[in-house]
Amino acid sequence: MNWKFFCDRAGRGLTLFCAALVIVLTVSIIYFISSKGLATFFTNGISLREFLLSDQWAPDRAAVDGGPLVGAKAFIAGSVLVSLLAVGVSAPLGIIVAVFIVEIAPGWGQRVLQPAVELLAGIPSVVYGYIGLSLLVPLIRTYLGGGGFSLLAGFLVLSVMILPTIISVSTDSIRALPVEWKHASYALGSTRWQTIRMVLVPAARSGLITAVVLGMARAFGEALAVQMVIGNTREIPTSILSPMMTLTSAITMDMGATVMGTTWNNALWSMGLLLLLMSLCFILIIRVVVRRGAVQ
Amino acid sequence: MRSKIFLALFLIGALMMAVSGCGGKTEKQGEQPRAREQQSGGANGSITAVGSSALQPLVEEAASQFMAKNPGAQIVVQGGGSGTGLSQVSQGAADIGNSDVFAEEKLGAEEVAQLVDHKVCVVGMAAVVNPDITVDNVTQQQLIDIFTGKITNWKDLGGPDVKIQLVNRPKSSGTRATFKTYALKGAEEARGIEQDSSGTVRKIINETPGAIGYLALSYLDGSVKPLKLDGVEPTKENIIEGKYPVWAYEHMYTKGEPAGLAKDFLDYMLSDEVQKTLVPELGYIPVTEMKVERDVRGNVTKK
Repeated sequence: MNWKFFCDRAGRGLTLFCAALVIVLTVSIIYFISSKGLATFFTNGISLREFLLSDQWAPDRAAVDGGPLVGAKAFIAGSVLVSLLAVGVSAPLGIIVAVFIVEIAPGWGQRVLQPAVELLAGIPSVVYGYIGLSLLVPLIRTYLGGGGFSLLAGFLVLSVMILPTIISVSTDSIRALPVEWKHASYALGSTRWQTIRMVLVPAARSGLITAVVLGMARAFGEALAVQMVIGNTREIPTSILSPMMTLTSAITMDMGATVMGTTWNNALWSMGLLLLLMSLCFILIIRVVVRRGAVQ
Repeated sequence: MRSKIFLALFLIGALMMAVSGCGGKTEKQGEQPRAREQQSGGANGSITAVGSSALQPLVEEAASQFMAKNPGAQIVVQGGGSGTGLSQVSQGAADIGNSDVFAEEKLGAEEVAQLVDHKVCVVGMAAVVNPDITVDNVTQQQLIDIFTGKITNWKDLGGPDVKIQLVNRPKSSGTRATFKTYALKGAEEARGIEQDSSGTVRKIINETPGAIGYLALSYLDGSVKPLKLDGVEPTKENIIEGKYPVWAYEHMYTKGEPAGLAKDFLDYMLSDEVQKTLVPELGYIPVTEMKVERDVRGNVTKK
């Protein structure tokens, strides 16, 4: 009896410890990024307005010449543009594939298509980037003109990368719908197309939105693959063929070669903080969407 | 219920303390190996050299040769970039900080005062273009005009009618800093493609029509075409003689005068064994052969 009691207590202690560890990790990472990222504004005296709304990036310029300038607008715009376009391609494609897997071809869809999608998710991002660099960039350069390194190459690579996320989350949410709804719809005389369009997809709406937001979050945070194909030019892209830069690639470009504590390094941390806040936003959106979906 | 919350808070508190405790220890770690070396002396103990990825292959190779000769020594070589190397060595977290640039260019005056510079080799840099570009010589003014965006087509320089595509390294890169100072006389480059590794820069210049960039001489492999500057070819001999201006020292910084293993290893880096064989093999120029010297401000003097 006593032994059982002890085991119970020990088990509870262990789980509590693990949970606390995760909380501490999260809190300390957020604390670290915030303290570094906010130093740009409080210690180095850069205004938030300049950071967010200026596209002048010259952190190495001496104070005499009016520097350092750490405007991140071009990177923020780049990140937003490339992720939105990637989701624009992937969301319809992913949802349609999910419908196909669940409704149209449940047999081989599940046996062949689903493992294929999971395989797609398992390809490391550097490989995606490398394929983009060696295949997509020369292709764009030859057939569409420009330098090849472009917004177009960036969002195409990204859209393939976020496809697995969107497909698998959408598949799960469509599959989780009660089978009676489908039967009821057929019983009322709907065709398969009507059932999918008017019953299943609207009913799975909150799950589908979650899938798209998750894909968006992944696109926003992706660094390596995008960096290899967008050309990293510190300008807001003027066309789909012009090179650009994202927040993540601006961080990776300079992080090793700047010294901790300088304005330059702190500005990179501020971009990190911005990425963290964005993903917080995405999580909040998902929470709200899921709660609304549950009420209906 | 309440007791659970208390327990959770208690655990979180305990963990926080444990984590901050660890943080405290790492700060002191830098001092410990140094203390150990001084006691043992000679080629024993363990040191870390962190920083510049351009210098990393040389230091790695030299370290493995050194360790083969001195089995008691342990030298850990890490990349991470010049900035990382300099900040780690000035904080005492690494014994040696490798850098492509003078510490004065990255750190404040107080931190620089504590560091001792050891120049181990010289790296030359050349402006390189896509092999299809027929131009093979530019004047310095033309080079500046290209990189500041005043000249935008190769036909203005007598080449084919192809748009010039700039390929830069990031502003924090030592190669870019050197090129900007000595090839462009400090002129601010126009915006262009940026890549954070020399290997990628070479690949892009090789594949993109009209591309121009700059690379360390060790990266020249025939896939891109180096340009003469004011008629002077970017070769090892011209750099040694002081005829070709675009080169930089590779530095290994220590905090205070090096002692023990760090001193032995730095002496080894400057010995004939490394300078005469390893350094030229890996495409660097031995610092011992240089006939000219350059200080932090860029003043060149005959040795």
